[in-house]
Amino acid sequence: MNAREEVLARLRTARDAGNPATPVVVTRDFATTGRLDPGSAAVLERLDETLTDYKATVHRVASEAEIAGAVVGVLGEARSIVVPAGLPGDWLRGYAGQVRTDGPPLAVDELDAVDAVVTGAAVAIADTGTFVLASAASDQGRRAITLVPDHHVCVIRAADVVCSVPEAIARLDPSSPLTFVSGPSATSDIELDRVEGVHGPRRLDVVLVGPG
Amino acid sequence: MTAVELGMPTVASDPHGHLRGTESFPRAAHRALADTQLRRNLGHATRTIRAKRAAVVGEVDDWEELRRAGESLKADTMARLPELLVQLEEQVTGRGGTVHWARDAEEANRIVVDLVRGTGADEVVKVKSMATQETGLNEALEAAGVAAFETDLAELIVQLSHDRPSHFLVPAIHRNRAEIREIFLREMPGVDPSLTDEPRRLAMAARAHLRRKFLTARVGISGVNFAVAETGTLSVVESEGNGRMCLTLPDTLITVMGVEKVVPTWRDLEVFLQLLPRSSTGERMNPYTSTWTGVTPGDGPQTFHLVLLDNGRSNVLASPDGRQALHCIRCSACLNVCPVYERTGGHAYGSIYPGPIGAVLSPQLTGISGPDDVNASLPYASSLCGACFDACPVRIDIPHLLVQQRAAAVAAHTRPTGQDLTMQAAAIAMTTPGRFKLAEKALGLGRVLAGRKGRITGLPWPMSGWTNARDLPAPPAETFRQWWERTHS
Ligand code: SF4
Repeated sequence: MNAREEVLARLRTARDAGNPATPVVVTRDFATTGRLDPGSAAVLERLDETLTDYKATVHRVASEAEIAGAVVGVLGEARSIVVPAGLPGDWLRGYAGQVRTDGPPLAVDELDAVDAVVTGAAVAIADTGTFVLASAASDQGRRAITLVPDHHVCVIRAADVVCSVPEAIARLDPSSPLTFVSGPSATSDIELDRVEGVHGPRRLDVVLVGPG
Repeated sequence: MTAVELGMPTVASDPHGHLRGTESFPRAAHRALADTQLRRNLGHATRTIRAKRAAVVGEVDDWEELRRAGESLKADTMARLPELLVQLEEQVTGRGGTVHWARDAEEANRIVVDLVRGTGADEVVKVKSMATQETGLNEALEAAGVAAFETDLAELIVQLSHDRPSHFLVPAIHRNRAEIREIFLREMPGVDPSLTDEPRRLAMAARAHLRRKFLTARVGISGVNFAVAETGTLSVVESEGNGRMCLTLPDTLITVMGVEKVVPTWRDLEVFLQLLPRSSTGERMNPYTSTWTGVTPGDGPQTFHLVLLDNGRSNVLASPDGRQALHCIRCSACLNVCPVYERTGGHAYGSIYPGPIGAVLSPQLTGISGPDDVNASLPYASSLCGACFDACPVRIDIPHLLVQQRAAAVAAHTRPTGQDLTMQAAAIAMTTPGRFKLAEKALGLGRVLAGRKGRITGLPWPMSGWTNARDLPAPPAETFRQWWERTHS
């Protein structure tokens, strides 16, 4: 028997020997909808709190038209940035530095040389202070561009903000890579206290677009 | 009780790797208890994490419902494990990945070493994985001339100090910041000599040390937290971004997972991504969770291998109760709340799986070979206080499993141990008053053995099994019955 057949045979024998007399019933009695409505002012307020709690800096703007002002403001002195191919051009209006579009893909060393990256997000979770980047979305791009640069600016629209983890999972398509981000990179490995700033971007700015 | 009920091996599985220490728990614990620095470090770290966990678990109104969902999802997974693995294999293969099966640690290591050799690389970057610690992959790679760089901060500390991990989540939990600074100054090439022990500075030093490695690595090796059978999606839950580096930048990714890590559907992550971060680092969500499915053209490694590891897991699955130990999502909450772990630390357990869950998982994975098997002592590393069950996000009944494994340890003995004989003797003595009286007389002998300390620290076999694990108080000069007879007759 090859390893595959042998492992499967062992597992089948063991599974049958150990199975409970009554079949397993999966329970999902937990809340699958959040306490706060998706896209509401209240859910944005909670997202603002939880993001801030884990050391992201949140910039609130009321409308699409104000995104560029906020993005350019947080980019400040950044001399060069990388953006995914589908980032709305409007978002960078007024930015004076060099913009490198990741298409064709930049080499790792080129990514290492830029000061920041600007992207959108697929969904954000207010309960946990998380946003999710979907590699298939043209305003989010492949994973490396949000990993190598040391400063990430992420624009989140109200329509993409949900309250709870189950609501977010239901909206996501796992067939392309996803990255759940909750604050700048951090570690709890020294005496179990959280300290920010290890291998991922050490600075995280969120531009939150919507009522509030 | 039958072998199956006790979780003993029913099918040939001969696990290898770091699942057994070289000395029994009580011996190792005795030494650990004498290390006051270790106890201070552990006390501080576990107190911190217990408070953080309690705060974020308290925020979740439906925590108990989530725990029940996690428990039932895992039970369902075990009841369908072979089918789910085949489904996972189909999905991963369909998305451009290659799936390998390994009967034991050696086979898994051989597969990985061959794959790395095939790429021509002589170094790999690794994100912390219990599975590859279990198999001893780093040693196997080293023997093959491949340098493995651990990239998780705590794992790096362990690797640089030639130490062993002592916790699932924070393998260097037994080190404090001052010790970490010393290790970095001593072992990290090119480190800034003015490095302080401020945690932020230590984290920065690790970043500088590993940055070039990440940007140039050709092969990454990872473990996995959840593998979705339905879609073939794998996920890694982490904090520092070292996981993202290993999963994203190399050309080739090799992921090693224990077969129990599979979950049926994508939707199930709605449960586990709530339970795991709050139970483990005490955060609402960990900084980064990555998910990927096979190979994605233009994004990340273009060659992907998944190694499915048995290494004793089929032994555990054969036990109706014992298989619960496979439900573990390695959050470490049971370690952090365990009064025994807090005092002895993880090394005393020998196996790389320490703490309450390790005490029931390791002996089931390896089976117990006889009275001298050090893993037979692990189920006694507990006061059965029940804190581990209350903390466990998937409701593993660890106290029950501890008792069951004690029974298994006794049943595995080819000759009865002292404790068995004592229990048998007690049963016989208690059946008639006359015999009980005789037994009481024998207690006088105990006082002689105890001497002036009033403690019996070592009894000859067959009683040694008992006193290995604890000192026995000397019996009283007079028992209750003797006192009653003297004063009332
Ligand atoms: S047994 Fe439960 S509490 Fe312990 S590490 Fe596993 S999942 Fe966490």
